[in-house]
Amino acid sequence: MLRLLSILAVLCLCIPAYATESSAIPKLDIGKGGECVKEPQWMRKNHMHLLTHQRDEVVHKGVRDDKISLKNCIECHASTKDDSVIARDDSFCVACHRYEAVKLDCFECHSGERKSAWLKRNSK
Amino acid sequence: MSEINVQRRQFLKMSMGVAAVSIAPGIFLFDMAHGKADANKVRWGMLIETANCAEGCNDCVTACNTENGLSGGVNSTDSQWIRKIEIKDISTGRETSLPMMCQHCEHPPCVDVCPTGASFKRADGIVLVDKHLCIGCRYCMMACPYKARSFVHEPLQNQNPDVPRGRGTVESCTMCVHRIDQGQQPACAVACPNKSILFGNLNDPDSEIATKIRTVASAQVRADLGLNPGVRYQGL
Repeated sequence: MLRLLSILAVLCLCIPAYATESSAIPKLDIGKGGECVKEPQWMRKNHMHLLTHQRDEVVHKGVRDDKISLKNCIECHASTKDDSVIARDDSFCVACHRYEAVKLDCFECHSGERKSAWLKRNSK
Repeated sequence: MSEINVQRRQFLKMSMGVAAVSIAPGIFLFDMAHGKADANKVRWGMLIETANCAEGCNDCVTACNTENGLSGGVNSTDSQWIRKIEIKDISTGRETSLPMMCQHCEHPPCVDVCPTGASFKRADGIVLVDKHLCIGCRYCMMACPYKARSFVHEPLQNQNPDVPRGRGTVESCTMCVHRIDQGQQPACAVACPNKSILFGNLNDPDSEIATKIRTVASAQVRADLGLNPGVRYQGL
């Protein structure tokens, strides 16, 4: 019993050390940034639920809530350098998804580019 | 004994009252069921005047390609949402030119066969593919009598931010749903130099399209199938 407790105590001491080691969050290019839907920590955890809900509303009912649309997210969070959320390793979406090893398949169909930039390029 | 009877009477009175109240919501619900007609207030459709549709003119196709980011047929497998066809009545020699695309049927066969529910009809009559659900089986392409749908074979880049498209899914004319939701007309209707494509709400008796289909002869392609397409042709 004493041995088990001592092992637990050692483990408890290890965890904070491990946590500080891995808590180096990825550095990402947040574009213009800002807080228009909810605060960043909430968004980090829940943005996928908002996007999934929004996508069904838009596709099936045509209810286009611009505030939580993917297009609106990209509008602010695309890099100010290349107008994209996916172009580089430190782009807004890519940096975290790569860090968390979560496959990012939105952009197989959706454009990751700011619409104004797309329009400028395609109206030439 | 009589006390009990009074209570019993009161109970009966009260329950009568409760019953009366519950009938009221019942009636309300009945009205709501009628209110479903509101959902059918809008049915988007098109009327195509084939007499004005010039042979060799491809403007609607080009406008569609530009609006929706289609290549316009660079590769043989590339998507095509609208195409121009020339038809000839062999017995009389009369030639007609017309655009053919998704006919946005009231009873779409593509929706019937879809195993995942990706093919669906919106409340306003537009038939769409929810590409989040599409598994690319292409049953809908086989079911469509108008050959209106295409499969995306190759990975795509540089899509229009308003028109997401991607490999492994089936797609077709969306009636420019992203434009309609913003109160605009479909790109092909705007681009037609002869104003041959009239777009509007078939269910609004005062709309231009509804007035016109009431007064001039128009036909549905393969009307024998009973699909009631939302796209009608004049002078066919």
